[in-house]
Amino acid sequence: MRALTVVVVASNALGNAALDWGVKGLPGGIRLAPWALARAVFNPWVGLGIGLLALWMLTRMTLLSWADLSFVLPVTSAGYVATALVGRYVFGERVAGVRWAGTALIAAGVALVSTTRERTGSAVGETD
Amino acid sequence: MTRWVLVGVVAGATIAADLLQTMEMRRHGEVRLGGGWVREAAAVLRRPYIVAAVGFMAVSFFAFLKLLSIAELSFAVPATAGSVVVETMLAKVVLKERVEARRWAGACLVACGVALLAL
Repeated sequence: MRALTVVVVASNALGNAALDWGVKGLPGGIRLAPWALARAVFNPWVGLGIGLLALWMLTRMTLLSWADLSFVLPVTSAGYVATALVGRYVFGERVAGVRWAGTALIAAGVALVSTTRERTGSAVGETD
Repeated sequence: MTRWVLVGVVAGATIAADLLQTMEMRRHGEVRLGGGWVREAAAVLRRPYIVAAVGFMAVSFFAFLKLLSIAELSFAVPATAGSVVVETMLAKVVLKERVEARRWAGACLVACGVALLAL
């Protein structure tokens, strides 16, 4: 479970970072027209981001088959901490002190929820 | 379109997608990791709830791409994560999960952290 959670978090953070890098490099940014979106998808970084987010989706679905949504959601919010770190140390974005405080709160929330039992809901059709 | 409208679209579509996915994965049962994982995951992807969830995720994805083009990464991602408290409530009401105090507290900490990140 823990290894799978790490894969979910990492694929989300890295996928978002790759998308950000790819989109910012597109001339004129993103336009919501089919041809513009198709062109964006062929950008290597956008393509990598899509691949990583597809991995994120499949591994997250797998995690949801093992654990509650109310467990998976906060625990995988560690991805936002990772994304903030990537934004700061890879893209050189200025991250204000209040945002670092927010990151710390998210990390505390992740830690707290991870101490709870992963599965409390029953499977559909399962009887106690 | 302002960035906050896009945040709303991303959050709403994400909530719908998560609920549908959880309902289907709950019905499917625990997925086994190993050699047959990709085949099992591919079979699940054809289920109606998952197809609908993927549709909502596509809406969320394209709205998020647009958001990334007008906002920093360190704003865009956390600003859309405020839905965690709403989803926790819906997990208790709709999915009948037992959400104990520590889990509520954790979800609230995450939501507060998200709010600070968006400032």
